[in-house]
Amino acid sequence: MLLIRCPYCETERPELEFKYAGEAHLTREPLTATDEQWTDFLFFRDNTRGKYAERWRHAVGCGRYFNAVRDTVSDGFVVTYKAGERRPE
Amino acid sequence: MGRALKYSFANLVRQAFAGHQGWPQQWRTPEPKAAYDVLIIGAGGHGLATAYYLAKEHGVNNIAVVEKGWLGGGNTGRNTTVVRSNYLWEASEAIYGHAHRMWETLSQELNYNVMFSPRGNMMLAHSAHEAASFKRHIYANRLAGIPNEWLTPEQAQAVCPILSIDRNARYPICGAMFHRTGGTARHDAVAWGYARAASARGVDILQNCEVKAITRDASGAVTGVETNRGTIKANKIGVVAAGSTSHVMSMASLRMPLESVTLQALVSEPLKPIMPIVCASNAVHAYISQSDKGELVIGAGADSYVSYSQSGGMPVVTATLEAIVELFPIFSRVKMLRNWGGIVDMTPDRSPILSKTPVPGLYVNCGWGTGGFKATPGSGHVFAHLLATGEPNAIAAPFGLDRFRSGALINEATAAAVVH
Repeated sequence: MLLIRCPYCETERPELEFKYAGEAHLTREPLTATDEQWTDFLFFRDNTRGKYAERWRHAVGCGRYFNAVRDTVSDGFVVTYKAGERRPE
Repeated sequence: MGRALKYSFANLVRQAFAGHQGWPQQWRTPEPKAAYDVLIIGAGGHGLATAYYLAKEHGVNNIAVVEKGWLGGGNTGRNTTVVRSNYLWEASEAIYGHAHRMWETLSQELNYNVMFSPRGNMMLAHSAHEAASFKRHIYANRLAGIPNEWLTPEQAQAVCPILSIDRNARYPICGAMFHRTGGTARHDAVAWGYARAASARGVDILQNCEVKAITRDASGAVTGVETNRGTIKANKIGVVAAGSTSHVMSMASLRMPLESVTLQALVSEPLKPIMPIVCASNAVHAYISQSDKGELVIGAGADSYVSYSQSGGMPVVTATLEAIVELFPIFSRVKMLRNWGGIVDMTPDRSPILSKTPVPGLYVNCGWGTGGFKATPGSGHVFAHLLATGEPNAIAAPFGLDRFRSGALINEATAAAVVH
């Protein structure tokens, strides 16, 4: 069971309260984007082995989306931070 | 090159008189050569099958299969051994059907008992909605010549007497889809059988050989790999690395339409024969069969998040076991012996990728997600054709990377036996 710190509620809660929402910091392409750009945005992911920035939603808590950096080998969270903030170094 | 000693009655008798001391090792353990014609990354079932069919059907005789760990130690050794071909779309029916037909004679083909057991595969429906969806599958499968039929709850219980069809159960059953030709095979034997047969045809299987980098020339084409056992040259590389595909492809600066997640499974203590079929429930996410050793083999769900840990979260297995004991109350006191996770590479449409890539000489066979074991022979067979000729055959053609740009997706997200 993962323990995840919600940056809005400022508390650690069990994984069951959260929904995973995939890779973070993807920028929606403009309508003028090429097919290749759309393909990349919609389907292609870094899927990193190691430190990975991803979105989570505190679904049965505050209901808000936030971002996290997590090590995908150990599953340990490095940091969680609010949506809109830059990925920490 | 020591050829494998054929497994036959005559050789069994001969070896019996010699005290069984004369059986050779099943495959060679060679040192890496400096260069190969084709290099395959990943010695699981799919990679070994690819090497075998390349050597057997395409006359390529200078092949290496490199493997980070030991052969068959990834998802090949971690799956729940289900074989079936009742997918929804024509492209899927073609590739899984191709594999399914190959299973029927695979033991003879490899001279190795893969213990293919077409005992029947049943998927339970718990709602009118699911029943309608399953019937659509049944009609589609029959049009493609794949046996599939609808059973009432009573008929389902006649096939599997320990199934609870109590109308007041927590997950009442309104019917089932029964794929009589589905079943199981022995997962380790598939890897070992292909390894032995490929090695006998001269394929070098290089275990404990981790790829650290993919080298390329000025034009961008691949020239080989750097490994912990030195540099190996090859102008044609096939990546068959399942959950680690994104990691390997990143060495050639390619991103993939994949997310790697943990899929868990567990086995119980051994029981007398009690579970006659493979039984799955989509809605409650559980599937179960019984191995020839007597253990119940239980497939749990996938964890939701990207992970390479090969060990998932306890909430997933707990939910699965809760569902199993509702469907099969007789198992409520059975103890579980082991649980584990494998890293599965999920595509957006839940169909595999067999494709050329933008990098010349680099090919990929991945994206089998939670259901790759059943496809092992067919996957290796059609990927060998792609590697040998540079072009996919008719079965592999719909599964190219280009489908994510063209939009010709093959959506099997609801066709899997379980929700992912």
